[in-house]
Amino acid sequence: MEPAKREATKRWLGISPAVLVIFIFMVIPICIMAVYAFLEANPYGGVRPHFTLDAFIQFFFEYDFDDNLVFNSAYLNIYWRSFVLAFFTTVLCLLIGFPTAYYIAMQPTNKKNMLIFLVTIPFWTNLLIRTFSWILILRDYGVINNILLGMGVIDKPLTLLYTNGAVLIGLVYTYIPFIVLPIYATVEKLDLRLLEAAHDLYANRRQLMSKIILPLTAPGIIAGGILVFIPSLGAFIAPNLLGGGKKLMIGSLIQLQFASSRNWPFGSAAALFLMAAVLIAMMIYLLGPARKTDLGENAG
Amino acid sequence: MKKIAILAVSLFLVTTLCFGNALAEENLFIYSWTDYTSPEMLKKFEKETGIKVTLDTFDTNESLLAKLKAGGGGYDIVVPSHNFIPIFVDEGLLMEINAPELKGYENIMSKYKSPPWDPGNKYSIPWQTGTTSFSINTDVYKGDIDTYKIMFDPPPELQGKIAMFGSADEVIGMALIYLGFDQCNQSSDEMKKVMDLLMAQKPYVKVYNSDGILERLLSGDVALHMNWNGYALRVRNENPAIKYAYPKEGVMSWMDNLAVPKDAQNKENAIKFLEFMMQPENAGIQSNFARYANGIEGSAEFMDDELKAAPEINVPSNVNLIFSLACPEKSIKLYDKVWTKLKQ
Amino acid sequence: MTNQTIAAPSSKSVNSRSASRKFFKIGRFPGFGLTTLLFFLFLYIPIFILVIFSFNSGRSATIWDGFGLNWYAKAFNNDDIQRAAINSAIIALIATTIATILATLASLVLARSRKFKGQNISYSILMMPLIVPEIVTAVATLSFFSFVGLNLGIGNVIIAHTVFCIPFAFMPIRARLQGMDSTLEQAAMDLYANEWKAFRYVTFPLLMPGIISGAMLAFIISIDDFIITLMVSQAGSTTLPLYIYGMVRMGITPEINVVSSVMLFMSIIFVSLSYLIGRKK
Repeated sequence: MEPAKREATKRWLGISPAVLVIFIFMVIPICIMAVYAFLEANPYGGVRPHFTLDAFIQFFFEYDFDDNLVFNSAYLNIYWRSFVLAFFTTVLCLLIGFPTAYYIAMQPTNKKNMLIFLVTIPFWTNLLIRTFSWILILRDYGVINNILLGMGVIDKPLTLLYTNGAVLIGLVYTYIPFIVLPIYATVEKLDLRLLEAAHDLYANRRQLMSKIILPLTAPGIIAGGILVFIPSLGAFIAPNLLGGGKKLMIGSLIQLQFASSRNWPFGSAAALFLMAAVLIAMMIYLLGPARKTDLGENAG
Repeated sequence: MKKIAILAVSLFLVTTLCFGNALAEENLFIYSWTDYTSPEMLKKFEKETGIKVTLDTFDTNESLLAKLKAGGGGYDIVVPSHNFIPIFVDEGLLMEINAPELKGYENIMSKYKSPPWDPGNKYSIPWQTGTTSFSINTDVYKGDIDTYKIMFDPPPELQGKIAMFGSADEVIGMALIYLGFDQCNQSSDEMKKVMDLLMAQKPYVKVYNSDGILERLLSGDVALHMNWNGYALRVRNENPAIKYAYPKEGVMSWMDNLAVPKDAQNKENAIKFLEFMMQPENAGIQSNFARYANGIEGSAEFMDDELKAAPEINVPSNVNLIFSLACPEKSIKLYDKVWTKLKQ
Repeated sequence: MTNQTIAAPSSKSVNSRSASRKFFKIGRFPGFGLTTLLFFLFLYIPIFILVIFSFNSGRSATIWDGFGLNWYAKAFNNDDIQRAAINSAIIALIATTIATILATLASLVLARSRKFKGQNISYSILMMPLIVPEIVTAVATLSFFSFVGLNLGIGNVIIAHTVFCIPFAFMPIRARLQGMDSTLEQAAMDLYANEWKAFRYVTFPLLMPGIISGAMLAFIISIDDFIITLMVSQAGSTTLPLYIYGMVRMGITPEINVVSSVMLFMSIIFVSLSYLIGRKK
């Protein structure tokens, strides 16, 4: 028996089902879409088989109403805005999600399992009506304003709905379980004897957190960060319903191209730009603070 | 214990999957908007014909187009709006049904027979029709409501209390009507004026969205909301002060039609359904549920009194109804440009 | 590297209960409990409102009009909405199960074995469904399905869901595996447990929290998906989100709140039961 060969076979058996499924049903179709980006748009949706770079040009330049080709920052603005929003969503999710995941993981097994279920149950309902609930809470004579008015804290309602804050709340609400669960999965395996040992060596709470807990749970934080950041880039229900839909986000922009604007090539090109931007952002993220832990593991 | 549970669940799933569709006899698959098709009418159809109806739902004409283009999905009846019919026909997605040869064709109102979007009713029959204008809270604004001026150039009491739809073509279409320009406009100059108008209006707009119209109007979040007439009727039922406007500049109209996709599996049943739908009684039942008017002569007899009297449904005779058609490529591009600029 | 040598996979299974109690205190941080409490309030206040409005007698999902059970009556008589809810549940259950199994296998390989050729590319492929915008996936998948002539009804939806559920299941499992050593597994094998037994009785239980987390994320991603489902669904496979988003022309009614509430009640009963059963043990 050749152990190396056996090892390779095992590896292949383990990884190929998932990779193959995604490859066949995702990578191949997406390659077709990538080709679309280089073709002409069919006015009724779809493409015509003529090579053109129009879609990529359109991303940076436009013909103004007088037919001159000028630089156009509209799409870059939309991308920048979405990235900023996704970034703040991720940070907020992390600030709320980490302590929660940590606290839950420190409970006795049975309680822990129940709490972790309770984290996800709200998300079995539909996103649209969950967002409707937030409208009710945030609007001018909604729950929050009525409470504050009733207590006499304010004398006229605060504008909460249709603001950036409202969008942020909506996004955090949508994506928070995606950070709590991966962090929980890593905190749960944290060896408390390590903390005990460090404590004996007079480490304070802060040191425990920064020297032991955070490095050891970094894989969960990274995983959760990715699971929140990328989907919130493409979100459009919260921006449209809670933000008033006055500004386009990447999600609605790309959606629009496949719907009423019927410009599939530009939709594909915009998606390619998004994917490239996400990859760059992920590289920066992965090569940042988390790198040390990752390397440590691979070396070990 | 755990194993038994897993076994039970998988057994249940397998059986539902196997028998869910296998037992069906004669089938009809309809693809429409949610809550848009009267369950009572469908039950009547099932009873009369013994055909089992399955109703699936979509959200926009664009989704329907994309789906049929990619090869259908196995539907026998689809409900495209009038401006999409020529596109569907051009793309070869619909089956010829030659409606004039069908039983009950004579019941279709003469104004909807052989409409511009489907000459000779070769591919479709008219189903439900409505208008797009706006609902306005007359407690907030006391003046004349029948003009788009209060929406695009709002008086102080309406500023910041305006909601527009979330879709480019409907918002731009309405701006074109207000400015007196043609629909599906291909003129850069005129579209530039549309953009200036929408940009000037934007600070007074609270939200661009087509979901939750009733909620925003009733809660007082907004006082003026772009709306469809059937939906406006539901809003007025909850608050009589919120009225539906018939602006003198003209009102956008639409007609949703019944058509049969090219690759329909149950063509005969689809034809039966079309013939069934052209009977005044059935059309009346349908309108009672959806609260939209239909294109069948004599169906009013079977409608309830509230619907017969509703100003939202009965368009005043002096109103200029505009049925826009499918737009050419150039105007689609201009629409997209205006919309992106507006919301960049 | 320190973690590799010291980290014991699970404090509960190794330590005695009283010992771990003592360590709890050290692992505690001020404010974490309060954050958790606020977190659950944040999570459940909108849900509470949603449930209240299922008892609304008026047409609106957010304007209170008096108490009434009329929407319950309507929902229980509405075959379409029930069929949509059942479709959603079936699709989510099957897609979650398959995706979680595939993700577990893949993460075991990716996190455990030494660097091998194709590791990075495999990892990138697994992340792909996450990175591609949903509408692009939807249109691409639809074109692909119709190109190869895939006509499995609800099966088409299940395949599409399985694909985009994989990364959501994969991430927590992989995070769990990272830094988890294989010494225990090795020890078991040294004690003549075969590989399968070592996996079944050692690795798998250690991996469980990751698998549960991953499965639950996959489930909520699947049950709420709209765009991809809209595109790939065929006649007879309308799901709850499709039903809800199709209501644009008529407005969303509390009927949706009713269906959501019923699903919530069922899941909460299920969770409490398993909690009580677990406590007795």
